[in-house]
Amino acid sequence: MAQGRIVGGVIAPHPPHLVYADNPPQNEPRSEGGWEMLRWGYERLRRDLAAIEHDVLIVLSPHWQTYVGWHVLAGPHFSGKSVDPIFPHLFRYTYDLEVDTALAEAIESEARGAGLVTERMTNPDFRVDYGTIVSCHLVDPAWSRPIVSISSCRATAYYTVEVMQEQARILGEATRRAVEASGKRAVLLASNSLSHRHFTDEGELPEDMSREHITNHGQHLWDVKIVEMLRAGRTQEVVDLMPEFTRQAIAETDAGSLTWMLSALGCPDAPGELYAYGTVIGTGNAVMGWLREEGWPA
Amino acid sequence: MNASTPDLPLALIVPGLPHPLLAPDSNAHRRALRDGFEAAAARIAAVQPDVLLVYSTMWPSILGHQVITNPWPTWRHVDELFHELGTIAYRFPTDPALGTAWVEAGHARGLAMHGVDHDAFPIDTGTVVALELLDPEHRIPAVICSSNVYADRGETLVVAKAARDALAASGKRAVAIVVTTLSNRLFTDHVAPEDDRIHSPKDDEWNRKLLEMLDDGRLEDVAQLSRTIQDQLRVKKVVNFKPMWFLSALMGAHNHYDGTVHAYAPVVGTGCAVVSLSPSADGTGDREFDEEDVEVWTGNREVLDPAPEADEPAVPAAPAPPKVDRAGRVHASESAAPKPVGAYPHARRVGDFVFVSGMGPRQPGTDAIPGGPIRDAAGTPLDYDAAAQTEAVIANIRRVLEQAGASLDDVVDCQCFLVDMDRDFQAFNAVYAKHFAAIGPTRTTVAVRALPTPIAVEFKVIAHCPVGRQG
Repeated sequence: MAQGRIVGGVIAPHPPHLVYADNPPQNEPRSEGGWEMLRWGYERLRRDLAAIEHDVLIVLSPHWQTYVGWHVLAGPHFSGKSVDPIFPHLFRYTYDLEVDTALAEAIESEARGAGLVTERMTNPDFRVDYGTIVSCHLVDPAWSRPIVSISSCRATAYYTVEVMQEQARILGEATRRAVEASGKRAVLLASNSLSHRHFTDEGELPEDMSREHITNHGQHLWDVKIVEMLRAGRTQEVVDLMPEFTRQAIAETDAGSLTWMLSALGCPDAPGELYAYGTVIGTGNAVMGWLREEGWPA
Repeated sequence: MNASTPDLPLALIVPGLPHPLLAPDSNAHRRALRDGFEAAAARIAAVQPDVLLVYSTMWPSILGHQVITNPWPTWRHVDELFHELGTIAYRFPTDPALGTAWVEAGHARGLAMHGVDHDAFPIDTGTVVALELLDPEHRIPAVICSSNVYADRGETLVVAKAARDALAASGKRAVAIVVTTLSNRLFTDHVAPEDDRIHSPKDDEWNRKLLEMLDDGRLEDVAQLSRTIQDQLRVKKVVNFKPMWFLSALMGAHNHYDGTVHAYAPVVGTGCAVVSLSPSADGTGDREFDEEDVEVWTGNREVLDPAPEADEPAVPAAPAPPKVDRAGRVHASESAAPKPVGAYPHARRVGDFVFVSGMGPRQPGTDAIPGGPIRDAAGTPLDYDAAAQTEAVIANIRRVLEQAGASLDDVVDCQCFLVDMDRDFQAFNAVYAKHFAAIGPTRTTVAVRALPTPIAVEFKVIAHCPVGRQG
C-alpha cells in the first residue's frame, strides 16, 4: 500500500448564509444571492481541488462541541436534515453522507495514543452538525467523497486558549500519521471564520449586502494581519500567535480547527492561496488553501 | 385571577443532561435524579396546568430570543456529547398561539423575539429531557424559549415579563420550568458512573448553599446572586448565569415560596438538582434586592465593552461612549443622559440630521431633578425652580448631541414643553436665551398637562450635523 498523504489543507468557513445564497437543491430556503466574493472564492477552490487527486475530506467543526474529549464521526452513513439553530430561516439542508470509517477509527486511535481524550461516535441517529455540512458542501456540493468529521473539544472554555491550541496541535499530528498509514489522499478542512464578533440583529432581507461589513475595525486589522502572514507562508508564526489573535479578534479559531489543520500539514513555509476574504453578519471569513499534489509536509 | 397577573402555581428547576432519562440506573445519583423528576412530575399533575413554560440554558440563540411555534416537534434526538447513551425519539405538543403571543409581547417591550416553526428544528437535549420526564405522556403542551448568548439581566427579565404578559392575557395556567445545572463543570476525561461526583468541594459547597436558599423559598435572593454564581461555579460559556433571573421575574420577583429540593446529585461532575417552588403566603420575605427592576428592553447589550479593570474608578470622569446601532439609534451612556422611560433611543441619526428624543432635567445615573420635583409621590404639589430644571434639560441635550457626534451649536429646531406656562415661562425663557440666542434655532413652546416624570420642562430638538463632520 502506498503511503497516504495530506494533499490539501483548506480554511473552509461555514456561515450557512453561503449555502443559502447558492440555492442548492438540498437547502429548503430560497435567496436572491449575496456574499458573492466568498462564494466565487469557493468556486475557484473547487476548480483547483478538482485537479488534485484525493479520496476523503477530513473536517474539524466548531459546531460539534464536546467537553469530554475529541469525538470522531465513525459510523458508516448518516442522513437527515441539518437545521441551523441560530439561522433556521436560512439553513434547512437535507444531507446523505458516507464516512471513511477506517480512517476515522485510525485518527481516533492515533489521537488517543498521543494522550488525548477521544471517543468514536457511531449512533446512526446522530444529526451531523451544520458546520461540517456547510464546509463540506461548499468544497464538494455533490458529496462525491466520504468524509471524516472531528468535534471541537472546548478546552478554551475549561482552561485557556493555549491548552486548546496545544491539544489541537497534537490532534493535527495524529491526524497526519493516521492519513499516512491509511494509504489515502486526504484534504483537511478547518471549518472556521477568522474574527467572529457577529451582529446580533438581522435585516428584513438577510442577503441585503448593503448591511454587510466587518463588525469593527479592530477585527479587520487582525484578519488582514493573519491573512497576510498566511499568504507569506508564515504559518508557524500564525500558530504561535493564535492565542492572542483568538482573544483579540474573538476569533472562531478558539475551536482549534486552524491549528489542527496547519499542524497536520507540518506548518508549511509555503504561501497559502487566498481564494476570498469577506464578511458574513459581521464576521471575517477567508477561504484559503495549501494544495500540493505530492502532499504535506513538503 | 387578576387580568394582569398570570396563573403560575408552580416553578421547577431541573437539569438537562440525558443520564436520568437514558441511564437512570447506571448509578445511585442518576436514580435519585430520576426519582426527583418523578416527584416533580407529580407536582405538575397536582396543579393541572394548561401549559408548561420552558426556558432552557441548553438552547443558545444569538438573534434575540426564539420561541418554538411548531405545534408538534418530532425527531430522533442524539446528544452531541453523550451520544453513547442512545437516541431519544420525541414527539410532543406545543402551544403555538401562546408562543406567538409571547413573541408579540416581547416586541411590545422592545425585544427581538422570533417564533420558530420549522420542521426538524433541533430542540435542545435539556428541553427534550425535561419534557420526557416531567410529562411522559405528553398531555400538556409546552412553550419553549431559548437563552440568548449575549443577554444579560435586563434583557432576561424583560423576556420573562413578556411571558407574564402573554400568560395573563391568555388566562391559562402554567408551570414554569427552567433547565439548568447549578455548577456546570464536567470532568474532561471519561469517568465511570460509579466514580461520579461533584467536580470539586468548592462547587459542592456553592450548590448546597443555593439549594438551602431555594429550600427556604428564596428564589429572588438566588436570582440576585446570579453574577456571583457565574463567577464562582460556572464554566463561562455565555456572558452570565441567567435562568434564575428568568424564573424569578416570571414568577413575580419575590421570596414567598414553599421550596422543595427533590434531588441533588452529580452527573459527570456537574451539580444537578430537581427543585420545586410553590408560591406561598409565607416565605422569608426578606428580599436582598440590590439591583433595580426593568420593564422595557432598549437594546443595549454592551457586548463589545471590555471588562472593567479592578482599579478603575466606579464612575468614569467623562461619559462612556454611546451605543450606536446600524439604524443610527444612539443609546447614550448612563453617565451622559437619564435613562429613557420607554422603548426609545436617546437620539437617532437620519442622514445629516440628529433627532433627539424628548429630554427632561433628570440627572444621569441618579434621576435626581435639579430644582426639585413638581410633586411628591402622593401627588402633592411642591415648589420647584424652573430655571434650574431648564439648565439641566439643556445640559442633558448637550451631552446626548455630543454622544451622537453633534453639538448644541448644531440645533436647528427646538420644541419646548412646559407644564405651567404662566408660572415658568419667564425663567425658562431667560435660560433658553443664554444658551440658544446665538445659535438661533426655530422654536415652538407649548403648555402640556403633564410629563411622564414629576418635571416642569422638556425639550425636543433636531440638529443638523453632516455625516463627515461628526466626532
